[in-house]
Amino acid sequence: MSDWVLKAEGLSKGFTLHLQGGVRIPVLRDAGLVVAPGECVALSGPSGAGKSTLMRLLQGNYGADEGAILICRADGSVADLATASPREVNGLRRDTIGHVSQFLRVIPRVPALEVVAAPLLARGVARELALARAQALLRRLNLPDRLHALPPATFSGGEQQRVNLARGFVADFPLVLLDEPTASLDAANREVVIALIGEAKARGAALVGIFHDLDVRGRVADRVVEVLPLREAA
Amino acid sequence: MMADDEPILSARGLSLSFGAVRALDEVSIDLWPGEVLAIVGESGSGKSTLLRALAGEMRPDAGRVTYRDASGEALEVHAMGEPALRRLARTEWGFVRQDARDGLRMGVSAGGNVGERLMAVGARHYGDIRTEAERWLERVEISPSRIDDRPGQFSGGMRQRLQIARTLVTRPRLVFMDEPTGGLDVSVQARLLDLIRGLVSDLGIAVVLVTHDIAAARLLAHRLVVMRHGRVVEEGLTDRVLDDPRHPYTQLLVSSVLAA
Repeated sequence: MSDWVLKAEGLSKGFTLHLQGGVRIPVLRDAGLVVAPGECVALSGPSGAGKSTLMRLLQGNYGADEGAILICRADGSVADLATASPREVNGLRRDTIGHVSQFLRVIPRVPALEVVAAPLLARGVARELALARAQALLRRLNLPDRLHALPPATFSGGEQQRVNLARGFVADFPLVLLDEPTASLDAANREVVIALIGEAKARGAALVGIFHDLDVRGRVADRVVEVLPLREAA
Repeated sequence: MMADDEPILSARGLSLSFGAVRALDEVSIDLWPGEVLAIVGESGSGKSTLLRALAGEMRPDAGRVTYRDASGEALEVHAMGEPALRRLARTEWGFVRQDARDGLRMGVSAGGNVGERLMAVGARHYGDIRTEAERWLERVEISPSRIDDRPGQFSGGMRQRLQIARTLVTRPRLVFMDEPTGGLDVSVQARLLDLIRGLVSDLGIAVVLVTHDIAAARLLAHRLVVMRHGRVVEEGLTDRVLDDPRHPYTQLLVSSVLAA
């Protein structure tokens, strides 16, 4: 087993806005991050410093301009997300990288239970088993049974977030990315999330998160990494 | 899974001009088994021409299209001849047209439309064919009680769902879709998209989807190709192309979408 699950090095990312006369906005320069199995790293820094950009790079949602994002799969093989083909990225998202975003991208007509079970079904887990695990996790997150069969489009923010959390934790990903996982949760559900993070660490997962709730951060994070804003036109 | 490591469909250097207009300009793409590839762009970008060239319906001036069939053999689409191409089109391939009337037989019942595709691949037992047709009508959310009605008696959305049933009943390996939700009411579009999403992932079909609907592409596609003036200007992972677009035209396309 490798001594890291995620090793990002020399990451640079900027945006060229062609519709605004080609203005160039640099966000990250030479950023790096190493996360060991069983470790939870919290990203901190002022708003706009690039925490979310870094999270999106780690998920493959943004493409890096420079640098490497090495990810160790469960079988020990290593992929570089920064240069991986779209098919490889889709494979990494299926098997290796779990992601809990702040907002649920709702698919019309798909019930909450199916949304949560989807990562298991994508891996070929038998439908009954996948749905049973999804249901158990939704119950643990106190989402009432009567909501499981409904599409989450009409759910409250907190309910949608719990669907998102269940989806991110249902499949035992080796790397879990958490973007404000407790932002709209009540105290009881916050405790459930803290427990889920603890269990993920115990099974050897690496976690990277943005936690604005400093109490939660203090209880789950083993380390805090500062993401600092680039100086203008440096 | 050796076969999955090779593209099911590859196009190299496709060019096609209509007079002075370059409809396709050196287009190369690959599609892997079970993958949904969306081709997006505005009207006149060449996306529908590309689809027809990939499906062998339009011959390019230059370039080639290679299809790897179920037995693993690489076939040159534009060199195989009409009969072989027609056989492929009714067995391993499917085509979902924007206007369902172009993909359905309007004078034949709903059950007949689905059954006909089954018979084309060798089904002979009438009872089995009818049962399978009923099952597929249900699967696309058309009441089996409508099995003897003709498509002309259906709404636009139902007709499109019938076309999908007719296309997928033989479990093709590769399906070409040309604006499958175009011309339908928005509420009908959502239902159809969800239906396509579910069927395609359940059956593991490879799809080339042409659409001008960015939201549809995001929902359905693993990968995205952006076309403009007959050329591929950007391609990649669907959400990365849409959330981190590099090319000026892609940025324009993405920024023009109204967020609901």
